[in-house]
Amino acid sequence: MSDKKALDRRGFLKAAGLAGAGVAASAAPAFAQAKPDPNITEVQDWARTLGEGVQAYPYGKPSEFEKHVVRRDVEWLTASRESSVNFTPLHELDSIITPSGLCFERHHSGIANVDPSKHRLMINGLVDKQMVFTMEDIKRFPGRYNKAYFLECAANSGMEWRGAQLNGCQFTHGMVHNVWYTGIPLKTLLDEAGVKTNGKWLLAEGADSSAMTRSIPIEKALKDCMVVWGMNGEALRPEQGYPLRLVVPGWEGNMWVKWLRRLEIGDQPWHHREETSKYTDLLADGRSRRFTWIMDAKSVVTNPSPQAPMKHKGPNVLNGIAWSGRGKITRVDVTLDGGRNWRTARLDGPSMEMSMARFYFDFDWDGRELMIQSRAMDETGYVQPTKDELRKVRGTNSIYHNNGIQTWLVRSNGETENVEIS
Amino acid sequence: MSKSLKLLICAAAIAVVSAGAIAQSSKKTGLGREALPQEVAAWDIDIRPDGGGLPVGRGSVKEGEPLYLEQCASCHGEFGEGVGRWPVLAGGHGSLTHEGPEKTIGSFWPYTSTVFDYVRRAMPFGNAQSLTADQTYAITAYLLHLNDVVDDKFVLSNENFPKVKLPNQAGFYDDDRESTEKHFWNKSPCMTNCKPAPAKVTARARVIDVTPDTKDTPKVD
Repeated sequence: MSDKKALDRRGFLKAAGLAGAGVAASAAPAFAQAKPDPNITEVQDWARTLGEGVQAYPYGKPSEFEKHVVRRDVEWLTASRESSVNFTPLHELDSIITPSGLCFERHHSGIANVDPSKHRLMINGLVDKQMVFTMEDIKRFPGRYNKAYFLECAANSGMEWRGAQLNGCQFTHGMVHNVWYTGIPLKTLLDEAGVKTNGKWLLAEGADSSAMTRSIPIEKALKDCMVVWGMNGEALRPEQGYPLRLVVPGWEGNMWVKWLRRLEIGDQPWHHREETSKYTDLLADGRSRRFTWIMDAKSVVTNPSPQAPMKHKGPNVLNGIAWSGRGKITRVDVTLDGGRNWRTARLDGPSMEMSMARFYFDFDWDGRELMIQSRAMDETGYVQPTKDELRKVRGTNSIYHNNGIQTWLVRSNGETENVEIS
Repeated sequence: MSKSLKLLICAAAIAVVSAGAIAQSSKKTGLGREALPQEVAAWDIDIRPDGGGLPVGRGSVKEGEPLYLEQCASCHGEFGEGVGRWPVLAGGHGSLTHEGPEKTIGSFWPYTSTVFDYVRRAMPFGNAQSLTADQTYAITAYLLHLNDVVDDKFVLSNENFPKVKLPNQAGFYDDDRESTEKHFWNKSPCMTNCKPAPAKVTARARVIDVTPDTKDTPKVD
């Protein structure tokens, strides 16, 4: 309140001063100290000459001034780039849809280069009729629809279990993206083959040279899973599973099998590599949770963050994303003082179930040190826990499902750092 | 009830039945075709813990050793210890409660079938599905031996396969977050004066310094 008064008063004085100067020297420029901006007074090249014509870029690219907005990897994390991961530049993005070319990648045997005319989808196992579909068959099925879902790798933020490690939300939280998918319900395909009554599990398999497999309970397969060929209005990118991938809303990214070639129905889970030696959560007592499919509610402030530090005192927009595998994001709170006091942020745009939500918090910065956090809540009443609350239940060895509250320390020089606080 | 009303109800019932029949028949689109047995056999190579899906075959620890050294050791190490950041396959017994646990076939993996299935579908890295069934049995047998699960005379086959148990099979249980983490559901989380004292920094990523090209200090105006 007092800040606002002061601002109004300054504004008033400034206006009064200007009016006075105008009276005293009516012919002189009002801002004797100000130099005109050459970006305005000089004609720029792009305002004088012709630009490139249509078809200079049959498939358009971002401006050359946006070259730094790219996926990045952390070389020491993995043994080879064919079996590795890179990260979405969350601090450079806004709104809720992730541009296709910036969606993080995770491959187990590199990017399969699949010819769609040679791609087949097989359904086998406990079905009335074992079947094969071409891509053309799949695109002729009735009931096509479009829906946005987030995909988060279960290992997102996995490097942070033992403490603050990587400086940048791209690296700490960048294994997430949010995409509009085009496809059909998985149920439609399964109905065509006819799932037998003892069919309780589905094995999804990829066509890449890791032949990625995951077991999915039949209830989930029939409830809301999609078989998709489109992302953000165009074909899937090769690195996202072109020509066909599975969408498993709200569940860990590893289950969204890319280059999808086979669906097998069985009466029990397969316990393959990606659901035993990996993607199980080792707890402090040495035992492990398995089948931890749902991604719990999570959020992160993307601006400011270590790669996007504070540059200005005065008005600033705190910007971030939130998502939950259990449904809609209903609320996000933010704190500037390390969790002593919280304010509810503004959710912008649609908040759809199991899709990313965007939040903003407009604030004035006086140059004081800040400890910024965000805390997401979903429609089930789940509240994003602190990292210490998570560690209390799970220890520090679980790698996966770290949805703890992230802290960014903003120093008075604007430098922003990944820290943990008391 | 009047005769005409009865007739009307009857007609309505017939309409419902026939509409249902149409919906039923339109459920199948007729798209796609039946898969041939040879096609299913070519792709359905997955193995389950009970041995379901195993091909007929056999392989010994002795036969597995030279195969492993030739096909696997360049990444996984001669003794399964892992080269660089490639996966460690042996050792790590009793390490699951330590900081930096070693999650190997012997210390962590629940089922032998996972080893066979993954080697069969995805290994050797970059030359997947190049091993015969007998070679896969032999490499799996050798890996079991490296993990002290079987002795060096052991021969693994589709017949004795389901009997080979891994030590950590009982170490897994189904997701229980909704009960053990029930306290994370809270309709009214604290909004003001939530901590008794100002927060203090306890850990810093900068100190660890593992982030790719850390940028210079920004300028504030």
